[in-house]
Amino acid sequence: MLKRNKLALFGLIILCSLSIAAVLAPVIAPYDPSEIMENEIQRPTVKHFFGTDDLGRDILSRVLYGGRISLSVAVVAVLVALTIGILIGAISGYYGGILDEIIMRFTDVMLSFPSIFLILAIQSMLTPNIYNVMIVIGATSWMGIARLVRGEFLALKEREFVEAARAIGASNMRIIFRHILPNSLAPIIVAATLGMAGAILTESALSFLGLGVQPPTPSWGNMLMDSQTYLLDAPWMAIIPGLFIVMAVLSLYFVGEALRERLNPKE
Amino acid sequence: MEKLLEIVKLSVHYHAKDKIVKAVENVGLTVNEGEIVGLVGESGCGKSTLALSIMRLIDPPGSIYGEIRWRGRNLLNIHEKEMQKVRGEEISMVFQDPFSSLNPVFRVGDQIAEVFRYHKGSSRRQSWQKAAELLDLVHIKDPKQRARDYPHQFSGGMRQRVSVAMAYAMNPKLLIADEPTTALDVTMQKAILELLKELKTTMLFISHNIALVAGLCSRIYVMQAGRIVEEGSSAEIINSPKDPYTAKLVSSYKEINLEANRSQ
Amino acid sequence: MTRYIFKRLLQLIPLLIGITIITFFVMHLAPGDPTALYADPNVKPEELIRIRANWGLDKPVPVQYFLWLKNAAKLDFGTSYISGKPVVEEIFERLPATVLLMGLSFFLILLISIPAGVISAVRKGSVFDNAFTIVSFVFMSIPSFWLALVLMLIFSLKLEWFPPFGNIVLPCATMVISGLAGITRYQRASMLEVLNQEYIKVARAKGLPERVVIYKHALRNALIPIVTLLGLTLPDLFGGAFIIETIFAWPGMGRLGVSAIFSRNYPVIMGITIFTAVLIVLGNLLADVGYAIVDPRIRYAKKE
Repeated sequence: MLKRNKLALFGLIILCSLSIAAVLAPVIAPYDPSEIMENEIQRPTVKHFFGTDDLGRDILSRVLYGGRISLSVAVVAVLVALTIGILIGAISGYYGGILDEIIMRFTDVMLSFPSIFLILAIQSMLTPNIYNVMIVIGATSWMGIARLVRGEFLALKEREFVEAARAIGASNMRIIFRHILPNSLAPIIVAATLGMAGAILTESALSFLGLGVQPPTPSWGNMLMDSQTYLLDAPWMAIIPGLFIVMAVLSLYFVGEALRERLNPKE
Repeated sequence: MEKLLEIVKLSVHYHAKDKIVKAVENVGLTVNEGEIVGLVGESGCGKSTLALSIMRLIDPPGSIYGEIRWRGRNLLNIHEKEMQKVRGEEISMVFQDPFSSLNPVFRVGDQIAEVFRYHKGSSRRQSWQKAAELLDLVHIKDPKQRARDYPHQFSGGMRQRVSVAMAYAMNPKLLIADEPTTALDVTMQKAILELLKELKTTMLFISHNIALVAGLCSRIYVMQAGRIVEEGSSAEIINSPKDPYTAKLVSSYKEINLEANRSQ
Repeated sequence: MTRYIFKRLLQLIPLLIGITIITFFVMHLAPGDPTALYADPNVKPEELIRIRANWGLDKPVPVQYFLWLKNAAKLDFGTSYISGKPVVEEIFERLPATVLLMGLSFFLILLISIPAGVISAVRKGSVFDNAFTIVSFVFMSIPSFWLALVLMLIFSLKLEWFPPFGNIVLPCATMVISGLAGITRYQRASMLEVLNQEYIKVARAKGLPERVVIYKHALRNALIPIVTLLGLTLPDLFGGAFIIETIFAWPGMGRLGVSAIFSRNYPVIMGITIFTAVLIVLGNLLADVGYAIVDPRIRYAKKE
């Protein structure tokens, strides 16, 4: 039990550090991330703490600015997923009946696609940029949240406080958003945290393949794009951004798990 | 008459973060051979915990203190391997909920047969044979066929019979029945009680229903908040309860009491 | 049990229809001439006429959908831009390689996770359990493509144990490491839930040796959900396959899909989307059927 708390603390610290670094990137980055500073790739030195990439750009600066991008994409994507998922789940769970059946079938259909490929397919038809990446990731990852919210609504809609609200004439919309939803926040928060972790992984995979955030805007994923060619000669190009991804995702998982244990009814 | 079970100053404490929950505190209880002893108390008073501690089935973070003398030796001191010989063979238990006491993925006959396989080393054929005999003993029709069925293919009452069969398999010296009828409907309750009486095994009968206990047992212990508050013959307990808690229990079942006494 | 299977088969139909509708709808987001969805638009005019007729491109969209369905039932998804071959042929050529990779990976994952999950649960809170949990979390946080690069760097380029492309060991290792964590945790949770059940306590009360309680009574119950795992992990396995096959140049369906994406080879993209979705749905069905076989509560009907 204690171990879990230590992990969560560790995760929280990392998460906060990364977020602060992301927000303060323009202030703390030593150089301009798109400035070509050297003629050839530099290994990590005092001048370039994480070395430079194949174009001579400082990796530390890029990784900081990249964090900005990757983290904000994750946040917005999760917000999109939450919006869609909560709406769909709430309506499905609250109204029940045929509507619920249809919505759940639709959800099942969406879950049958390997989401990475679906996202790639969609991106291949659009001109990928940071905005449609956020939306597309959100639009393909709402299903888990919808199921969750539906479950909560199914359980909560029979409770007394809902009866009471109805008795005083509250409209359905009001009941959904002012009464039931606030009581289901706990699992939603957990899902959002874990969703962010997933979004970071998805965005980085997309950007790695060139269908996500477009260069020269750095994201942790697209920084890995050219690293494969230089893998043997300049491994730090691949290792550094990857480590940042791992740290961000790992800390989100730790925090998410801790939240899940805290917010669940105690045994 | 041999003193089979003698519990002396038994306490069961659960250690959580910085609190200690005293589920059972300083309990003394005796069961002599041939008796049916009742243990009565409301939900949460610790009677099930007491039963589990006799079987040494208390999981951490619980700890058992005191002595449980079984036919001379202290069960709390013996090796786990020896305790496994005691469980199911010398002392066995019937649990409360027939819907969760049987393993859903094994045939009913298998679950009875394994008691023989592991305690007596019987062969597969022998133990299944005995299993069918036991199912017959507990009045399940077509015992040989039914032994091949799975628990979900039986009703609650029949599942409880199977549990009784499992507990009775090795002809134990003491049978602990922990609320064996609580989860059943009234018709089933009577049937199971009749069955238990038929077996003529020394029994520790646990229930929250004092009428049930009074009808079945010769001596009763009354438990409240982990402690024994009163003990006596069932006649004493029912007619002249000394402890106020006992009196409360008795009066709330007064009507049913009269019925129970009459039907004896 | 047959009733259960039949019910599941029926549920299949709206699912498959839904998949086709979504794919069709999404594919029509593509800019330009819809001919591009079925064949390279730069074909001879006679071909263009045939294509337009075959897929009903002059008709309204809903009619196009039904024509498409008709063709799909014949396994006709158009022709690939790059090779000119029918899409189905391209896919079936690559399918075995992907099945091999995914199958081997899944098998290895199970081989490691089941014991790991069971032991973690039985020794909950021990050093083994805690260590394994942390390691699991770390593995789950590693992007599979990055893991692929790292493994390639170490084992192909630096140590030169395996060739970087075309060899199954590293892609398989990547998939296994990526998928291990989730399934171990799942198994652990399943086992923990079973260990909490009343019938486990009853088994101990019967005086059975602890190893019998754990490995006969508990394990048998905890393993039941494993069968449904196939259904649960299939989308992730496929997802991983796309990227991993691309990085290691493994000649499977995933690599075909990704290169189709890059070359905007729409017929192939559409074909693979449908194909993988259908495979996933079938995989789920198989998993449910497996579950029905393995769980006696579904396999044998009630009697009273």
